[in-house]
Amino acid sequence: MSEISQVPVLDVENLVVAFDNNKVLDNLSFAVQKGDVVAIVGPNGAGKSVLFRAILGLVPYSGKIKWASGLKISYVPQRFNVEKDFPLTVKEFLQLKSKNYANIISTLESVGLNTKEQDQHHFEHHFLNQRMGWLSGGQLQRVLVAWAILDSPDVLLFDEPTTGIDVGGEETIYNLLKKLNNEIKLTVLIISHDLNIVYKYASSVLCINKKKLCFGHPTEVLDPQALVKLYGGETGFYKHEH
Amino acid sequence: MSHQIILQLTVAILIGIGAGYLGSFMVLKRMSLVGDALSHVALPGIALALLWGFNPFFGAFAALFFATVGIWALERKTELPSDALVGIFFTLSLAIGLLITPEPELLETLFGDISSVDKVDLLITVISVTGIIFLISYINRGLVISTLSKDLAKSMNISVNKINFIFLILVSLIVALGLKVAGTLLTGALVIIPAAAAKNISESISRYTVLASVFGALSSVGGIWLAKLFSIPAGPSIVLAGGVIFLFTLVFKRY
Repeated sequence: MSEISQVPVLDVENLVVAFDNNKVLDNLSFAVQKGDVVAIVGPNGAGKSVLFRAILGLVPYSGKIKWASGLKISYVPQRFNVEKDFPLTVKEFLQLKSKNYANIISTLESVGLNTKEQDQHHFEHHFLNQRMGWLSGGQLQRVLVAWAILDSPDVLLFDEPTTGIDVGGEETIYNLLKKLNNEIKLTVLIISHDLNIVYKYASSVLCINKKKLCFGHPTEVLDPQALVKLYGGETGFYKHEH
Repeated sequence: MSHQIILQLTVAILIGIGAGYLGSFMVLKRMSLVGDALSHVALPGIALALLWGFNPFFGAFAALFFATVGIWALERKTELPSDALVGIFFTLSLAIGLLITPEPELLETLFGDISSVDKVDLLITVISVTGIIFLISYINRGLVISTLSKDLAKSMNISVNKINFIFLILVSLIVALGLKVAGTLLTGALVIIPAAAAKNISESISRYTVLASVFGALSSVGGIWLAKLFSIPAGPSIVLAGGVIFLFTLVFKRY
């Protein structure tokens, strides 16, 4: 990251979110630049999802949240699960966001779901016209990424994209987000549980447990002391030396 | 076929289509039993209409409108969950309604009587069902997205409150119409059964909503035919016809 090319995307200052006088987020400040991949980590109940909802304006807050003007923001909420018997096909789901069928197909290609070699008829029948609820965990995540980037957003907010996916699938979703980040300068804010992934893909990490505990480049700020502070000393997780 | 039978069939088919279509969204939103509870709320309105001599549809719709808006507002103002609110409105209304409904009309009010429809009912039905289909297709996208995730919808600048409000008004409208067919006790079935049957055999939402409407219409035709054949009341037999369709779709359900 060179200092000269920094374009501010989001500025959060002294953010406080309280439900029934119970502070869920306290005095949180951080800034995001264009093209950043910011991983948000913290224990369960640390307020990570609430932080997303606050910066999207979905919950009342005090403090300052300032987005650069004219940004297109895409959001994939936590536990976005379509029930097995919900009658909605993959095609219909994506068409809720974009009416442009060619765009849908090319977006599915870019998330690795529609490889050219595949028989189109087979793809239509077994994937596009398939119920959302019948997709595997990995397929669903890819469809959600496709949904999120369909209208070419500037910023992507992704809440725990890897819940319920095997490690192989997990890696590729991050590879994909990283690729999109490189190709279209997509700014990504991602809530993650897997610190390995954070070290590998994030340009900065924000650790929170109601308050901000660290913010900066993962290898610089996520040292054993910080992890003990964040997770209460129970984690046996240390960074990998590559 | 006599003129009256054609009138009955037309009104019942249109209400079947409207109830099936709207019901398909109610089932997805997990509001299946709201239709059932609301139909009871209509009773005092029907009773007042009968006492004062105007079309019961207007009395029913007025009662439903106030109850729906009341529940919607109370839900936003108080901490009470909407099922408790619906439960309170529903039982109180039923109690008041039973006390003030004139005795001779009580049976018709409870079970409906399609055989007494007139041209005014036809006109009301045509306008209402057209309005329902038109408005639902207008809010369709926001309705589906907010059903999947409220946060997702809000983050896309979809006004979830407005959509829910329009939807609730349409639900009261279809329940008010359905009362003519199935009465306060059975109207809930008109919105639930065709949609539940369609859900069994649909992968896509387009097929699901269309099938729910078709099944609604088929229940009406089948029910009225059975009612004539066995000289039984049409309301319960329309509901039973829907039940037969449901059982039939269960055989083809994919798991």
